[in-house]
Amino acid sequence: MAHLSAVLATTHHPFYLKATTAPPEERMPQADEWKRKVEAYRETLTAAKPDLLVMVGADHFHQFFADNYPAFLIGKQPQYDATFYNEEREFGIPKYLLEGDEDLSGYMLQGLLDRGFDFSVSHELKIDHSIICPIITTRPDADLPIVPIYTNIFAPPLPSPKRFWDLGRAIRSIIDEYPSDKRIAAIGSGHLSLELGGPRQFGETGPDPVFDRKAIDWLASGDIDAILENVTHETMAGAGNATHGFMDLILMMGIAGPIDAAYVDELDLFHTREMYMTWYPEGDPR
Amino acid sequence: MSKYYVNKFLYQVDGDPVLLAEYKADSAALLARWELDYGTHLGTKNTIERTTWLRFTPQERQALLDHDYVTLFELGAHFFLCLTIFIAIYDDDYAARSGPLAFQREYAQKLSHWMGKDYPTVAL
Repeated sequence: MAHLSAVLATTHHPFYLKATTAPPEERMPQADEWKRKVEAYRETLTAAKPDLLVMVGADHFHQFFADNYPAFLIGKQPQYDATFYNEEREFGIPKYLLEGDEDLSGYMLQGLLDRGFDFSVSHELKIDHSIICPIITTRPDADLPIVPIYTNIFAPPLPSPKRFWDLGRAIRSIIDEYPSDKRIAAIGSGHLSLELGGPRQFGETGPDPVFDRKAIDWLASGDIDAILENVTHETMAGAGNATHGFMDLILMMGIAGPIDAAYVDELDLFHTREMYMTWYPEGDPR
Repeated sequence: MSKYYVNKFLYQVDGDPVLLAEYKADSAALLARWELDYGTHLGTKNTIERTTWLRFTPQERQALLDHDYVTLFELGAHFFLCLTIFIAIYDDDYAARSGPLAFQREYAQKLSHWMGKDYPTVAL
């Protein structure tokens, strides 16, 4: 059976690459600290020696729009293009061509259907920054095949936080049963409190540092009961209008299970708090 | 109200550099062209099949003409689409004049009367 060598849950900040590669005179004051933290986080993936990556993210109205926006979708392709024109324009993120793993995509899709998750599937999916940002931060050589999973944290009505947890648990059981000796790492990106296009955007900190503190502590200790008790669509909206990306971090904890994280780091930036978390369900390889 | 149609406009224009440049330079000309052409396409990519019944309200149309992101927020246009397209149109000019994030901060300030309140829903 396959090995789940690591589970990573991270915020994605599309300006990371731009901020840390700008000429020194144009760099924001925290750029060097940010880069150090990201590179230290990257080591938690490298140490797990993965053969392929299950990636969890969400399309930000790049390929999908409200004429047909899937609640949950998986890609099943030999390769994936990545990065849309308006992401290159705004964030300076380059284009990529990533390898896929059709066998695991197909096994995952069937496993999800069998467990009551009626996924959409795409055979011509282009990846957006929700998956490319963590590739840039945790695997910048982009040299491993991926199985991309998209969720709807973006176009309401949204699935519930409980549904994201349950989906994480289902993905975990499918990886555990996958007849392969490969080492699989799961990497998902989302947000802590976040405001976009509203009055609290681009402040000196994220819109709700109190929520961020609790959220990191809940995830780090695997405390799903506290999350399900405290986190609703309404409380997330109260923390910032784009906070619902937190549900993808709940999903990642669902893949890991209700266990302590092995690595937790954070960085308070303008506009957001960044979070870098890793679980090792089969033991810490470091 | 036709939030869907407003979002469709923002989505298509933001994703096409030619439409975006025209929206910045002459919003009335672009909007008229879009309503006759792109706005009638079924979905966002089909160029043959048509949708015949979608229209803007006068208030929505005026807000798009005026690049009026405050009214668009209050009508429940999607926050991500609004922010992205108006950053594309205004960020460089503001940053050159007043420094990084000047546009984003003015955008937030103009919406400050919504602090502490439930925002208009973006649900369709």
